[in-house]
Amino acid sequence: MTPGTTSPLPIRPSRAVLPRATRDPAWARLLLTALALLFLAFFLVLPLAAVFAQALEKGLGYYMHSVLEPDALSAIRLTLLTVAIVVPANVVFGIAAAWAIAKFRFRGKSILTTLIDLPFAVSPVISGLVYVLVFGAQGWLGPWLIAHNVRIIFAVPGIVLATAFVTFPFVARELIPLMQAQGTDEEVSAVTLGANGWQTFFRVTLPNIRWGLFYGVILCNARAMGEFGAVSVVSGHIRGETNTMPLHIEVLYNDYNIVAAFAVASLLAFLALATLAIKTAIEWRTEESQ
Amino acid sequence: MSIEAHGITKAFGAFAALNGVDVNVPQGKLVALLGPSGSGKTTLLRIIAGLEFPDPGSGRVLFHGEDVTDQPAGKRRVGFVFQHYALFRHMTVFENVAFGLRVRRRRDRPSRESIAERVHKLLELVQLEGLAGRFPSQLSGGQRQRVALARALAVEPKVLLLDEPFGALDARVRKELRRWLRRFHDEIHVTTIFVTHDQEEALEIADEVVIMNQGRVEQVGTPQEVYDRPATPFVYQFLGNVNVLRAPALATALAETGGAADRNPDGLIYVRPHDIELSPHDAGGDGLSAVVRHIHAAGPLARVVLEQIQSREHVEVEISRSELSAMNFRVNDLVRFRLRITHAFEEDYAI
Repeated sequence: MTPGTTSPLPIRPSRAVLPRATRDPAWARLLLTALALLFLAFFLVLPLAAVFAQALEKGLGYYMHSVLEPDALSAIRLTLLTVAIVVPANVVFGIAAAWAIAKFRFRGKSILTTLIDLPFAVSPVISGLVYVLVFGAQGWLGPWLIAHNVRIIFAVPGIVLATAFVTFPFVARELIPLMQAQGTDEEVSAVTLGANGWQTFFRVTLPNIRWGLFYGVILCNARAMGEFGAVSVVSGHIRGETNTMPLHIEVLYNDYNIVAAFAVASLLAFLALATLAIKTAIEWRTEESQ
Repeated sequence: MSIEAHGITKAFGAFAALNGVDVNVPQGKLVALLGPSGSGKTTLLRIIAGLEFPDPGSGRVLFHGEDVTDQPAGKRRVGFVFQHYALFRHMTVFENVAFGLRVRRRRDRPSRESIAERVHKLLELVQLEGLAGRFPSQLSGGQRQRVALARALAVEPKVLLLDEPFGALDARVRKELRRWLRRFHDEIHVTTIFVTHDQEEALEIADEVVIMNQGRVEQVGTPQEVYDRPATPFVYQFLGNVNVLRAPALATALAETGGAADRNPDGLIYVRPHDIELSPHDAGGDGLSAVVRHIHAAGPLARVVLEQIQSREHVEVEISRSELSAMNFRVNDLVRFRLRITHAFEEDYAI
């Protein structure tokens, strides 16, 4: 602007004087960070440390004994068996549901979407009770099952069903937004290039969702191992038979065998930490690949 | 490979996307489906590709006389290029182009070596030889578009279908790429249909233009035919700028001054901005008087907006920059204008 001409716009103050909308004073930032860290330390890190401290209170020998005694081993085996059935099943159902919801238009789609969220919405205890109502001795199918000598409630099938129900949303929930964002263009391209349904899925869809799927599997796995409420209702707490790890921990705790309880709990806590580590690694991986 | 579509009707719920559309694309031609958004052009393209199907009992799609209406896309041997390219993002350029060959049944599948050879030939054809190892995210829009084209061509399609092929590119790349597409088509001679809403694009490169509006075909013809002899007011207005003038005010005036005005059944006069002559007012002669309201002189042509004195209608005129400076008039000056050519539509097409 040449001197002498007047500008209709007010002259701007220099940039340094203007307080930036996104910049808070230093003390506020420090305070907020400190509060968050303090909260995390008290409510997350401290209890976790306590678990490991308690578990090792009577020495490594007792810790090993608690973890390797037959009832504990049986609980670990049952938990792993449940996970081995539930996670693959939920991967298949989760992909199928997400595929249907994200890639097709059909009637009742919103109902299906809502149903997938149902296990998150109801208390796990109620999920367990539902299975008792259906399959229990006094339930709808109970008499028929007893007549045919099939045990579901207070047996392994019930535990698997209840766990599967509770952990169903993890894979599907992870995949639906991802698949919706990716749209159907690549699949349609594959089809016009002559690929059949399986080829399209394995060569185009699956590679595109692999990290999201892996993430869903990890979350599903973590929850399947740790599920307490629903399993507690259907298991019957038979030691060495229908106790999963969380149930075994509760039994030990109720027997005042605090150290043993924490020893088994430390295993679960360790699995949870490992899960988190893998999850973080995946997140790094996906960020890099984008 | 000629393509015919007869009496195609397609409704999405209550919305009629296509309403008894007939299209005939002769072997080896480059044809544009041109229309505003919602005119049904993309739906028609997807029906030809086999990605959508016409409403039951409505019409047929024929490839070289053979009825393919009920064949799915994978069986029709069409190369389809999407507006947003739809490249496989987890595959390299090479793998993208090879995809159509690799998914073939074992006995139809070429050997690894011949696939590699073919892919490299195609990449050469689309001028992307050096980029075989790149991922789509590492390419520019124009490069992605050419990868999509090479991928579609890998399966040796009998028909090439392009959905808004340049829609997602910036103006300069668009221009380059569409000229390239024209030359490319002259080389490979595959019957090609492309969808566009850009009349300039369609008129520049197509052998034949199919103009669509509200699920119907308005006119079919070479670019020159449709531009010079628009069949309907819609076509006239869609292809380039046009002044629509209310006839009664002008017609009498024009008749007085000797200028011929074709009057349309709808009582309107259609005239393109470059078909109007300007002359200084005090020079006398025939023509209507008007006041200059705006002069836009950026670009090769100057656009002058006039306000006609009697009817107060605005008239847009395009004249060369040299004419403008020769006449040397300014905003609010009085001028005379004459319509060189006006256009009348045949009664049949009147809406």
